[in-house]
Amino acid sequence: MRSISAGYWAGARAVAPLAPVIGIVGVLFGYLATAAGLTPAAAIVMSATTFAGSAQFAAIAIVGAGGTMAAAVTAAALLNARYAILGISAAPEISGSPLKRLLVAQFVVDETWAIAYAGDGRFEIARLIGAGSLLFVVHVLSTAFGSFGGCLVADPTKFGLDAAFPALFVVLLRPHLTAPAAMVAAAAGAAIALSLAPFVPAGIPIVAAAAASLIGLRLR
Amino acid sequence: MTTGWLTVLLVGAVTIALKGAGPLLLGGRAHPRRLFPVLRLLAPALFAALIATQVFTHGRNLVLDARAAGLIAAIVGAALGARPLLVLVAACAATAISRLVLP
Repeated sequence: MRSISAGYWAGARAVAPLAPVIGIVGVLFGYLATAAGLTPAAAIVMSATTFAGSAQFAAIAIVGAGGTMAAAVTAAALLNARYAILGISAAPEISGSPLKRLLVAQFVVDETWAIAYAGDGRFEIARLIGAGSLLFVVHVLSTAFGSFGGCLVADPTKFGLDAAFPALFVVLLRPHLTAPAAMVAAAAGAAIALSLAPFVPAGIPIVAAAAASLIGLRLR
Repeated sequence: MTTGWLTVLLVGAVTIALKGAGPLLLGGRAHPRRLFPVLRLLAPALFAALIATQVFTHGRNLVLDARAAGLIAAIVGAALGARPLLVLVAACAATAISRLVLP
């Protein structure tokens, strides 16, 4: 029992440095969602049920621009398609009743998934839940703040905030670049994504880039 | 029910289903050993792809702009082992400054 709660704390501590960024993103989402015509309650429910920043921004951008609901849902589904892959990779460690498995799976986002992989490639479920709980609370509260409190940051690009997410992913990628094969997979993943980006909807290039990991089959 | 609410609920349902599919269908069952090296390379491949598309695309166009300066700052910071928050601040600052300086 003790080691499990230690895992929760380890996960929460590992993700804590990223929490301020998630908070800023949440405030921005809350603001943009209400600007796009959602009620604050709808914005908060979206952050609680979707819990995946990029898909939320895409969906409300389409709604705000007068796009169809089908377009918004499709764009969000494509952007979140990679979560099906992350979910499959984490599946062996997620056990229990179907409802429990479904709920625990919701903690999987890019950041928590990266943190749950502790060093040797073993997926630690306690770290996922610890990191996921902290980010979930920050995400939902900051969305509420942004949707009710108006926006403090009128133009996020002015402060270079659009560079925050790529930088966040660099921080998350770093511990995974332990072997030459990982460097090759990273380079191949980036190349696949960029070469597809001009031709297919956003989200698809990321899913296709997962194919770069198949070079692992050639490793002995 | 408004379109906004319906969109919110549908996007939520789709996301919950995408995240839950693997654990619901395969939960608790070990992956074949042969897949282990592949799973280890999944994180590098996916994160590199996320970084590349977020820095070098705008809509469906490939672009090189101030965000590249932020990426360089982030890579240098991470390579030096800087604290995550510092890496993020450095990346945002580098991007904001480049945006001011570049035409």
